[in-house]
Amino acid sequence: MNANNLLSVEDVVVDLPTPRGNLRAVDHVDLTVGAGRTLGIVGESGCGKTMLSRAILQLLPKKAKLSGRVIFDGQDLLQLPPEKLRKLRGRSLAVVFQDPMTSLNPVLTIGTQLIETLQEHLELDDAAAARRSVELLAAVGIPAPEQRLAQYPHQLSGGMRQRVAIAIALSCEPKLLIADEPTTALDVTIQAQILDLLAREQRRRHMAMIIITHDLGVVAGRTDEVAVMYAGRVVERAPTPALFKKMRMPYTEALLAALPKLDAAPHTPLPAISGRPPDPTRPLKGCSFSPRCRYAVARCQNEKPALEAAETKAHQFACFHPIEARADANA
Amino acid sequence: MMPQSAPSISSDALLEVDNLVVEYPVGSRIVHAVSGVSLQIARGETLGLVGESGCGKSTLGRAVLQLRRPTAGRVLFDGHDLTTMQGDALRLMRRRVQLIFQDPIASLNPRRKIGDIVAEPLVIAGVKDPEKRKQLVHEVLSAVGLDPTLVVGRLPHEFSGGQCQRICIARALILNPEFIVCDEPVSALDVSIRAQILNLLEEMKARFGLTLLFIAHDLAVVKAVSDRVAVMYLGRLCEVGPSEQLFARPAHPYTALLIEAIPMPDPDVRPAETVPVGEPPSPIAPPSGCRFRTRCPRADQRCSDEMPELRAVAPGQFVACHHPLI
Repeated sequence: MNANNLLSVEDVVVDLPTPRGNLRAVDHVDLTVGAGRTLGIVGESGCGKTMLSRAILQLLPKKAKLSGRVIFDGQDLLQLPPEKLRKLRGRSLAVVFQDPMTSLNPVLTIGTQLIETLQEHLELDDAAAARRSVELLAAVGIPAPEQRLAQYPHQLSGGMRQRVAIAIALSCEPKLLIADEPTTALDVTIQAQILDLLAREQRRRHMAMIIITHDLGVVAGRTDEVAVMYAGRVVERAPTPALFKKMRMPYTEALLAALPKLDAAPHTPLPAISGRPPDPTRPLKGCSFSPRCRYAVARCQNEKPALEAAETKAHQFACFHPIEARADANA
Repeated sequence: MMPQSAPSISSDALLEVDNLVVEYPVGSRIVHAVSGVSLQIARGETLGLVGESGCGKSTLGRAVLQLRRPTAGRVLFDGHDLTTMQGDALRLMRRRVQLIFQDPIASLNPRRKIGDIVAEPLVIAGVKDPEKRKQLVHEVLSAVGLDPTLVVGRLPHEFSGGQCQRICIARALILNPEFIVCDEPVSALDVSIRAQILNLLEEMKARFGLTLLFIAHDLAVVKAVSDRVAVMYLGRLCEVGPSEQLFARPAHPYTALLIEAIPMPDPDVRPAETVPVGEPPSPIAPPSGCRFRTRCPRADQRCSDEMPELRAVAPGQFVACHHPLI
């Protein structure tokens, strides 16, 4: 793995015991994120994208079994003692969740929560922490930040709460911010504002970011690289323009085709993906997408394709019958 | 409340909503959920209704079906005013109108078998012959793409979200309704499943000759299925027009904002840096005049003094704005 990587996830496996048997949520995933870069992780519910982010943060459910290596800033997070890990999280490794109410404490004021974080990690005195809190709230676009310090989360709208959660995540100048569906719970006009805010703060702070989403539209204009997950595995990984223009994995193609297009006439039938993802407690022998794939042949059912490089090293896909690079036919 | 009306595009309106008002108390205050909305839906048409959370679109859908009684206004279905109907008359009329909800799993009783869930409207409608009911259940389940023999004896938890939505659609279709309100029918579904359900709704619409009110917050989804689109903001209609025309040339600044905010799945489309338009005000104390004025870049004094009425700006396209974009 490249020494310049801020984060490298190596052969990570997450198993969850369930009453129906072992559920492999993350199945041998390798990923890297360079300093200041943005990685999008895209996939549908149950594909393992959130469990992967929890594995990176070491915030998995207690009964989960994790193996592999997660190297962040030169340290293997799986080997760190809990106390050191706690110091790292919130300081150089921060997270924003889908629902800001899960990360904000409902019985503490916004000010208390911001100041607590700042004092815990940066050892600021009360006045300095309060000053910094106001600056942070202003930076994330919250009007009248001084008054907000005394307010409780329930007094704010969903969009404002997410801004507060982002302010807390940014408070200690993290090197990596993991945003797990940061705008899924928000309305479309608010979503655009929050995504702009994240992009602006990322540029300003030269921070690396992982955006986890089910929405290909969210990653298209806002990431350097995209990893597409299906049934616990990364099935395609590429620089963002290459992924959208020269996708090789049939699942990626089908996912993009299934989106309603604004420039299509009303009542145009959508190319839907038939069937549904496999039961994660009953792993398939071959390619997990093969039962739904229109290109699948016998080999796809019997053998699991490895994630391998295409024409460039940066573009990898796991498929025996990849979509041929079309001579810009659809460009 | 001043009436806000869009002249009918067709005299053959199956549904006509006339100056509908829905208000309800929260503590000592009043939520103005729907404030004088008028619209028509022609027989066989799909009208898309878009807006953000809290704009009143779901309340409007429910008030149309009299699941929430409107405070004022009329709802004419095939010429009959539903708002004054009571008891048996309303129950009989309800067979002709149905509703599909956002959360398909929560809409199905977890303790009842699929066969019984889908047959229930028949029981309520008085179809006494169990063989007849069974036959109709099998027909409608096949129509929505499920294998009746595999499905009828099972419980909702054995099905995925997409399959549960198919079951909900089957239940809505079994009495052969004319009109269905679809309230965010695909918002809870993954992309790959969403396309299946949207295609299914289109097929069912053609096969059963349905008229649809399709409520959603996702403009691309609404455009995919709607003949005309109505845009709602804080309880009022901003704009109504034919889908393609409205998306190609939005007249209301709010419609334009909604279209701009859609993240495009194309890496060459750099997201435009958004104008910091803030957040919608509360429907408890909506702004005077135009309700969008607090977030509108074009707002002036007139917008706070005077409420804009819907008026024609292009054939079939109506906008409620003092400073429209076209």
